Amino acid sequence: MQTLVTGLSVGGIYSLMAVGYSLIFSILSFSNFAHGAVIMLGAYIGLALATRLHWGLGLVVAGSVVGAGIISVFNERVAYAALRRRRAPSLFLMISAMGCSVFLENTVYATIGSRFFAFPEFFRREVVSLWGSSLSLLDLFAFTVSVGAIFALHLFITKTKTGIAIRAGVNDMTMCSLMGVNTDRLISIVFFLAGAFAGVAGVFLGIKYLVYPTMGWVTNKAYIAAVIGGLGSLPGALAGGLILGVLETLVSTYLSSVLRDVFSFTMLIALLIWLPNGLMGRETEEKI
Amino acid sequence: MDYELNVVMLACVNMIAVLGLAVFTGFTGLFSLGHAAFVGIGAYTSGVLTYHWDVPFFFALTAGTAAAGLSSLVIGIPTLRAKLRSDYFAIAILGFGEALRVCLENLSVTNGARGLSVSELSGPGWIVGTLILSLLVTRNFLKSRFGALFVAIREDPTAAEMAGIDLFRMRLLSLAVSAALCGASGALLAHRLAFIQPVMFTLTQSTQLLASVIAGGIGSISGPVIVAFVFTALPEMLRSLDMWRLPAYGLLLVLIMIFRPQGLLGYRELPDLFRRRQ
Repeated sequence: MQTLVTGLSVGGIYSLMAVGYSLIFSILSFSNFAHGAVIMLGAYIGLALATRLHWGLGLVVAGSVVGAGIISVFNERVAYAALRRRRAPSLFLMISAMGCSVFLENTVYATIGSRFFAFPEFFRREVVSLWGSSLSLLDLFAFTVSVGAIFALHLFITKTKTGIAIRAGVNDMTMCSLMGVNTDRLISIVFFLAGAFAGVAGVFLGIKYLVYPTMGWVTNKAYIAAVIGGLGSLPGALAGGLILGVLETLVSTYLSSVLRDVFSFTMLIALLIWLPNGLMGRETEEKI
Repeated sequence: MDYELNVVMLACVNMIAVLGLAVFTGFTGLFSLGHAAFVGIGAYTSGVLTYHWDVPFFFALTAGTAAAGLSSLVIGIPTLRAKLRSDYFAIAILGFGEALRVCLENLSVTNGARGLSVSELSGPGWIVGTLILSLLVTRNFLKSRFGALFVAIREDPTAAEMAGIDLFRMRLLSLAVSAALCGASGALLAHRLAFIQPVMFTLTQSTQLLASVIAGGIGSISGPVIVAFVFTALPEMLRSLDMWRLPAYGLLLVLIMIFRPQGLLGYRELPDLFRRRQ
C-alpha cells in the first residue's frame, strides 16, 4: 500500500511532464527533446522567485508557469517554425530539438553553474496518513494539482473554441488552416500550454528533489510515460505517468533501486515493440 | 609537440567513431542517440581483456570491435524488426545506452563507476592505421551494392521495400557495421587515454557524434570526418572556453537545421568538389 501511494505521487509528476510531450507530439508529430530543458528552466525561474523575491508557493507556481510557457513558445519560434514552414522531415525537427536541449542545459551549466539548489521549505515536514500509509503534504499537494491541471486541460481541449481548433489541427493541419484557423498562433498556444505544464512540473520536481542543470533528464521518464499511454493522448499521458510511477516504485522497493532505470528503459523498448501506439494512442502512420 | 600529437590522435580516434555513425545516420537515414554506448562497449571489452588477462593489443582491438558489432544486434534485432518510428528508435537506443552505463557502473569486472586504468598501448601507428583501414573499408562498402541499398532505404523506405529490399536485414547490417567502427574507436580510445569510466560514454558523447555527422553532412563520409577532426581539435585550442563548448554544439545543430540542413558536404564527398572546379 505504501509503495502504491509513493508510486502514485511520483507518477503524478511524470504525468505532468508527459502531458507536455503528448501535446506537442499530437500537433507536430515529433518528439520534443527540448521539453526537459524547459522543465529545468521552469524550476530555475520558480527558484529565483522563491529565494530572491520570497514569493509564496502559489505565486511561484504561477510565475514559473508563465515563464516556462513563454520560453517554450520562444523555443518553437526560433528553432522549429522555420523547419515547420518548409515541411522538413520530423527527423530535422528532432535534431533541432536535441540541439536546443543541449544548448539550454549547458548554457545554464556555464552561467549559473552546476551547483545544486534547494527550494525554501513550503511544506512542514508533516505526514498525512492515508489508509494506513504515510504521505507527505507535498506529495499530496503535487498529486492533487497534477490531476487537477490535467483535468482542466482536458476540459479546455474539449469544451472551448481554441480547444476544438487544436483538435482539428491534430487531425489535419492543412485542412484546419483552410478553415480559417491561424495555425501559427495555434501552435504557439500549444507550446505555451506544454511550457506551462513544464513549469508546474519543474517547480514540483525542484521542491521534491533539488534544482540543477541536468534535472531535465527525468523527462526521459516522462517520455516513457507518454509512450506507455500513447503519444498524443492526454488521458493516456495521465495513466502512463501513474503506471510508470507505481511500477518503478515497486521495482526499487522489491528488487533494487539500481535496476530501476534499466527496468524503465527495458519496459519502454518492450512496449515500443509490442504496443507501439501505447494504451490510448491513435494509429501512427509513419513507420521507418 | 607531445601535446599536439595527443590532440591529433584523439581527433583521429573520434573520426573513426563518427565514420561509424555516418554509415548509419548519413547513409541509412536512422537517427541514433546511443552510439556512444558502442564506443563504450569497445573500450570496456578491450580494456578488460588487456587489464585482467594481458591480451595482446591486436586481439583486444579485434575483440572490442566484434563485441560492439554483436551487441548492436541485441538492440537492433527487436527494434529494427518492429520498424519503429524514427524517434522511437532514437529513444530506444538511448535507453540501451543508459542501461549499459548502469550495468558498467555496477559490474566488478569493470571496476564500477571508479573507472578502469588500462595500459597505454595504442600508439600513433595503431590509430592512424586503423583510421585509414576504416576509411577504405567504409568507402568500398558504401560503393558496393550495400551502399546503394542503404541510400535507397534512406530516400524512401516504402519504395525500397516495394523494390524487394529487405529493410530489416539491411538496416541491421548498417547498424552492425557502424557499431563495429565505434567499437574500434572505443578500443583505441581506452588504450590511448589509459583510463576509462562509464560516464565517458553517455548521451553527451552520443550528441557530439551526432552533431559531427549532421554538421558534416548527411550522405557524406568526408564531411563528417573533417568536422569530427575540427570538433575535437578546436575545443582543445580554446581550452578557456571549455564551458561553452556544449552550448555551441547545441546552437550549431539548431542553426544547421534552419539554414543548411544538408550540412557541410551534404550528399557529396571532398574529391567531388575538386572535380567540379576543373
